Amino acid sequence: MNDTRPMIEVRGARKFFGPLEVLKGIDFSVARGQIVAVIGPSGSGKSTLLRSINHLETLDGGEVWLDGVQVNQKLDRRSFERHINGVRQQMGMVFQHFNLFPHLSVAENITIAPIKLKGMAKAEARALALKMLDKVGLADKIDAFPARLSGGQKQRVAIARALAMQPKVMLFDEATSALDPELVDEVNLVMKQLASEHMTMVIVTHEMRFAAEVADRVIFMADGAVVEEGSPAELFRNPKQERTRSFLKKFLNG
Amino acid sequence: MQGLDFSIVPEYWPLIGKGLWWTVVISTASAVLSVLAGIGFALLVLYAPPVVRYPVRLFMWLFMGTPLLLQLFLIYFGLVQIGIDIPAIWSGIVALSLHFAVYNADIFRAGIASLDKGQTEAARSLGFGAWRTRIYIVVPQAVRGTVPAVGNMMIALLKESSIVSMIGIAELVHSAQLVISETYRPFEFYLTAAALYYGLNLILEAVLRGIERKVELSR
Repeated sequence: MNDTRPMIEVRGARKFFGPLEVLKGIDFSVARGQIVAVIGPSGSGKSTLLRSINHLETLDGGEVWLDGVQVNQKLDRRSFERHINGVRQQMGMVFQHFNLFPHLSVAENITIAPIKLKGMAKAEARALALKMLDKVGLADKIDAFPARLSGGQKQRVAIARALAMQPKVMLFDEATSALDPELVDEVNLVMKQLASEHMTMVIVTHEMRFAAEVADRVIFMADGAVVEEGSPAELFRNPKQERTRSFLKKFLNG
Repeated sequence: MQGLDFSIVPEYWPLIGKGLWWTVVISTASAVLSVLAGIGFALLVLYAPPVVRYPVRLFMWLFMGTPLLLQLFLIYFGLVQIGIDIPAIWSGIVALSLHFAVYNADIFRAGIASLDKGQTEAARSLGFGAWRTRIYIVVPQAVRGTVPAVGNMMIALLKESSIVSMIGIAELVHSAQLVISETYRPFEFYLTAAALYYGLNLILEAVLRGIERKVELSR
């Protein structure tokens, strides 16, 4: 394997919602094991950018690559469906609203993809679920149903569900934005632990402090474009762009 | 004037019981088939390519716009003319199944449409294809959410099943009529049939409540 090849590469990403251009030609790449935080005001396009990495949003222009394979390649419909399902199995995604499957138990939420998509045996999948739940500190909830969990617990199960597919990268779309403040830390803790295990991660977040703590690189987006990017120290302590400064000032004062 | 006298009923129980049995058999078979076909129609209407989708929609629209009795006659008396001879029992089951499948399909379709988009996105992001997402994630949730509405349809189906008496099937109403033609005691036997329908409905409601509790999403 080529370790210098970026794990994720986005080139010239453009996206329109009707007449509105929400991504105006974005370029960025994430190295293997790197953690990138994407910050910016709401409506800046950061979620759309993240969702276009695993093709939940279809780009109108530009390319997305995962570990040397183009995600949004041109194929006929059937071939593309097969291709994208394979690619998505290598990318874990965590959503703002958890999106656990309410009709399935915690164990089933985690095992359904390995069983149905990878043909894993049930017993093996359950052992895997237990291991993943252990990682997020919820092994005792293995047979609970989502409705019985707190928001923080739901999000940790959602992380375990994504990890069970043994993805190459993890994408976090404002994973703590819907949580009560006192539940944010338990989720952040799990994400930090993943960071320490050198999981490649792209984290879209509103939490500047967490971004500063966990990210190797921070990208500041506004109006569908990357305004500035750099190490957390550079970007938070010494932002070069006026736009970045005013955004950060609002956050630090607020 | 002849007073009410139910002491005559037990004597005719074998006939009435047989009618009750057929009502249960026909209703149960039709209920199961109408739910399965309803899910199938809903999926086709929502997701099939236009060459399939539009004929299915036309079929549903035609079935919703015509009386069950007419549909039953078309299937039993009409189809023979073009060489399709379906026995009475099966004609009854097919007519009831299709008639209620169309309503169930509409309920399922609404149930699927009301599901949170995040559910589909979560499944897709794990690598599930479009159809697998529907089968493992969308349909099971939609079916759970629509148990009360579909349950009401099944209660209607149980009662409407009496219409197959029109093609000579000796279900509960028809059996009662046969007995009445012998005894000239319409009130007693119609009331007996009514009581039996009521009893069946109580059982059905209990079953539906059980299913509802079992599949509740807020366990």
